[in-house]
Amino acid sequence: MRVAAMRSGRRRFLCSVATLAAAVACHCGHAQSARVVTDAAGRKVPLPARVERIYAAGPPASILVFAIAPDKLIGWTSAWHDAERPFIAKRYADLPALGRLTGRGNTANVEVVLQAKPDFIVDYGTVSPTLSSLADRVQEQTGIPYLLLDGDFDRMTDAIRLIGTVAGEEKRAEALARYAQETVSEINRRVAKVPAGKRPRIYYGRGPQGINTGLAGSISAEFIEQLGAVNVAAELGRGGLVQVSIEQVLRWNPYIVVTIDPNFYALATKHPLWRELPAIKAGRLHLAPNVPFGWIDFPPSINRLIGLRWLARILYPDAFPEDLRPIVRDFYTRCYHQTPTEAQLDALLRPA
Amino acid sequence: MTSARVSLAVAAACAALAGLVIVAFSVGRYPVAAGDLASILWAKLTGAAHGIDPTVEAVVTKIRGPRVAAALLIGAALAAAGAAYQNMFRNPLVSPDILGVSAGAAVGAVLGIFLSLNVIAIQSLAFAFGLGAVGLVYMTAGAVRGHDPLLVLVLAGVVVGSLLGACVALMKYLADPYNQLPAITFWLLGSLASASPEDVWSTLPLMLLGLAPMWLLRWRINLLSLDDEEARALGVETGRIRLVVIMAATLMTSAAVAISGVIGWIGLVIPHFARLLVGPDFSRLLPTSVLLGAAFLLAVDTLARTVARIEIPLGVLTAFIGTPLFLWQLATARRGWQ
Repeated sequence: MRVAAMRSGRRRFLCSVATLAAAVACHCGHAQSARVVTDAAGRKVPLPARVERIYAAGPPASILVFAIAPDKLIGWTSAWHDAERPFIAKRYADLPALGRLTGRGNTANVEVVLQAKPDFIVDYGTVSPTLSSLADRVQEQTGIPYLLLDGDFDRMTDAIRLIGTVAGEEKRAEALARYAQETVSEINRRVAKVPAGKRPRIYYGRGPQGINTGLAGSISAEFIEQLGAVNVAAELGRGGLVQVSIEQVLRWNPYIVVTIDPNFYALATKHPLWRELPAIKAGRLHLAPNVPFGWIDFPPSINRLIGLRWLARILYPDAFPEDLRPIVRDFYTRCYHQTPTEAQLDALLRPA
Repeated sequence: MTSARVSLAVAAACAALAGLVIVAFSVGRYPVAAGDLASILWAKLTGAAHGIDPTVEAVVTKIRGPRVAAALLIGAALAAAGAAYQNMFRNPLVSPDILGVSAGAAVGAVLGIFLSLNVIAIQSLAFAFGLGAVGLVYMTAGAVRGHDPLLVLVLAGVVVGSLLGACVALMKYLADPYNQLPAITFWLLGSLASASPEDVWSTLPLMLLGLAPMWLLRWRINLLSLDDEEARALGVETGRIRLVVIMAATLMTSAAVAISGVIGWIGLVIPHFARLLVGPDFSRLLPTSVLLGAAFLLAVDTLARTVARIEIPLGVLTAFIGTPLFLWQLATARRGWQ
């Protein structure tokens, strides 16, 4: 546990050091009027003045770029599942799966990326020296500018605005950034009025067995902290994902159990131990919707905004009395560029 | 074989390898015309201008070129190390990993990824830990007396290897699932996708440094396959030669694994192919293994980057392609290979 705690502390430190607010500097009067953008890792990245084609290096970046500049996204990182596809307009869903370029030994073929002729490559997530040096390498090898953005929840609006600026979609980005800001501050405002004693204790069960969970400070369980609720696993310290035993969860006795895994959701009510957990007995096990992208986690991008509204209503029904349906419809239309049908909304919002 | 036939065979093998290199250079997901390829390479050799789209030039010189070179180097190194080890341990089931070099390099690389270090630091850690692991195994085995030294060496390698494996498992378990875990998994599968010119230039001297003593000592390494007593009767100090072989093989394998990640299959099976072709004499086995290893990894890596739109991990492809090939060779070969 101590190792994990140290690692998380280090990550925070790196984040705070590496992620200065991204600044855009225009070198005007130049023949091609190219710009130099400082990214979240402090790298100075030269960008063409006009951007038409963007390659997103990982799933979080795909969602970010898709929301702001869908017509400039040149492909996804993986193929769609049948359940996800109907939520994305066909012309966007039909974009090719180019693979991901994050991390070492990426699945994307550099030549495929080159052939797609992107004006720049963007990655959105944790910023670390590993990823920064990999970005340098790819930029060196391909000659394509490679931009790194910080995926921290608190910096979401910075990332949205930066993509808007470099992609020439300032208006759309500004609207989305405002929306994100308003969603978060509205939730914060209402949650702040909930007395400490009324903030539920949550267990976030991951994986098909539900015995993986995120510690305090992990990006996977960030949504719990965002909602001012108590993550029962925080007792184990700070860090990333860990595996715990069902007995441990029984001892924690969370008030609510949340999951994104349908297998765990199905298992929990039948399993002799899980079924004994008071939260599950009382029907307070909630399955977060996960199409086309997970609502509370997975991947950690702007898709989590709608999950916050969803879970806020479950945790604090008095403070969030509004019907979710119009909110979900608006979010999907805004970010995924297709208004969901009533049947799709029913499927997303079926009591869970 | 007469010496004329040997030189003919060597010439044919080198020509085949050169042909393979040309094929590897000309195929890829990014279309490069044969004429453009020729003028870029010609310009590279002579320093003349070629006037071709800089993107095409980058594909040839910065992406494909280093990858082809890295595949040749790493394939050759792993196969040579495997051949030397199989000879020395008098055991056909031995691979260069037997003394824990890959496990050590894996710990180094995974630690580097876990600590979010930059790529150069990750590669250096992998290289250093690979050497360190074998050093540890060798010293442990040296401290144990009164047993068959080779058996003790293998046993120490297996035990230390499993400890290092546990370290990798622990770090995988604690790693950040979004950024670090995929990077670790890909590293453990092996890939040349991010091979850069610097990777090639930094490993080339290490490979040569490992290969040179093997070639110079080829006759004595042959004698290592005899019993210790028989070898001593012939005036060969087995202990010292063994140490040289271990150092040379470790240097090459560690340098290879540091830039490619773990590629298991080549060091184990390529020497068998070579033995099926030229028999067990190390002075023939070593060059044959080097050529076959280089050709095999180049062929597999070329497939890995061309068959699908996304990359296919090398560790997966080597086994899928190599196993049926080897079984076929085993079934049809007439020459004794042990």
